Amino acid sequence: MLSWLGYFERFGSAFLRGAGVTLKLTAIGLTIGFCLGLLLALARSYGPKWLQTLAGAYIAVFRGTPLLVQLFIIYYGLPEIGIAFPQNIAAYLALGLNSAAYQAEYLRGSINAIGSAQMQAGRSIGLSKWQTITYIILPQALRLALPSWSNEPISLLKTTAIVFLIAVQDLMAEAKRAATTTFDFVGTYLAVALVYLAMVFALDALLKFLERKTKIPGMDIEVHR
Amino acid sequence: MPKPILTINNLTKTYGKNVIFQHLDLTVNEGDTIVIIGPSGTGKSTLLRCVNLLTRPNEGQIWLDDLEITAKGTDEDQVRQHIGMVFQNFLLFNHLTALGNVKLGLTKVKHMSDEAATDKAMKELSRVGLADRADHYPGQLSGGQQQRVAIARALAMDPRVMLFDEPTSALDPELIGEVLEVMRQLAMDGMTMLVVTHEMGFAREVADRIVFMEKGYIVEEGSPDEMFNHPKFDRTREFLWKITELYGKKEKEAK
Repeated sequence: MLSWLGYFERFGSAFLRGAGVTLKLTAIGLTIGFCLGLLLALARSYGPKWLQTLAGAYIAVFRGTPLLVQLFIIYYGLPEIGIAFPQNIAAYLALGLNSAAYQAEYLRGSINAIGSAQMQAGRSIGLSKWQTITYIILPQALRLALPSWSNEPISLLKTTAIVFLIAVQDLMAEAKRAATTTFDFVGTYLAVALVYLAMVFALDALLKFLERKTKIPGMDIEVHR
Repeated sequence: MPKPILTINNLTKTYGKNVIFQHLDLTVNEGDTIVIIGPSGTGKSTLLRCVNLLTRPNEGQIWLDDLEITAKGTDEDQVRQHIGMVFQNFLLFNHLTALGNVKLGLTKVKHMSDEAATDKAMKELSRVGLADRADHYPGQLSGGQQQRVAIARALAMDPRVMLFDEPTSALDPELIGEVLEVMRQLAMDGMTMLVVTHEMGFAREVADRIVFMEKGYIVEEGSPDEMFNHPKFDRTREFLWKITELYGKKEKEAK
């Protein structure tokens, strides 16, 4: 087993590069997932019947099948019908589309919790349905969702590790390369685990900060029950 | 000749087989304060929600001034601007300050400039005695203060008529007075009001007419004097006696 110091001297820059790719995957996957997830949640809560069904079906499929299968379909399957993506784009897509299903459920839960009462209050002063959603429901629902939604970025960051299977050069891919060069599997993967852990801690701190920052004064729980 | 602001004609509302009220007629004249009383479950709140188009009646028409608001193709958002609504549970926007609550409709519905909206909102907050609480969030206000902000929020839109749906029912006894005082002042200023409440003191003192509803019908309506002192129906007498007794007890306890 190499000494920790020697280890990071030898593979430090590769790990750093890999960690950068991992963070980028997380950020882009999370962003795609959030935008699509928000649309799905709104569709399920306020859309016409057919759209509700469609959004429900999307969520059922993407939550109900393994991410790895989705990744392989996008990367290996779609080229067969003429839609080919580079590795990193396929990875962003798979992570984003999958995360959207989970984020939609977090958001839908809190949109429902804010409830029809706030909708009535908004409508009663003449706001339209979409104005009420934009100015009243979402600002409260997003805050309410934050503590449970915070699972998603952390979970996604760790989930990105599977994309080394389509040869995206993330932290996990760098780890695999280091391990096969040194044959020190225990040391390498422990070191990499530490890097993941450090990233999760940092992300967690950021999310806690965000939670404090967006707290509504005078409200321990944002919703009036 | 008094000018009717709100005219309700032959209004029926059912949920499935459950009849909430049927064939209801009611006219609210400009500057009038109408108090609707009656046991729970008689459709008083549903009636207000119909007037504000938060729910649709099955039959009948409602006119606001000369506009039939129940007509097909009515712009609901347009109509609601002119009808203020105060809810039992205040329903303030919890993520906005008192000022933000009152301003929102002014900037987003009336498209006023931020400055003009702030001026107007502060004026309405002063009217309910809360100018010094403008930058407080709902969670930092008492129930009575929250309800007064809710009244200011509705008033800011310069409504033709104000609807109050049991505005003091969710309040602690010692907070009821401040809300009723604001409403009393409003009535004196000539605001047209339709109020559902169990506060008989308010009804007796402020109402131009009291409407007694039971089981989906208007049993009797008249001036406070007629209703309290010479009701035509036993049922009215019985209900008023019961609720006044209860109210009196609550008053004594509060003291």
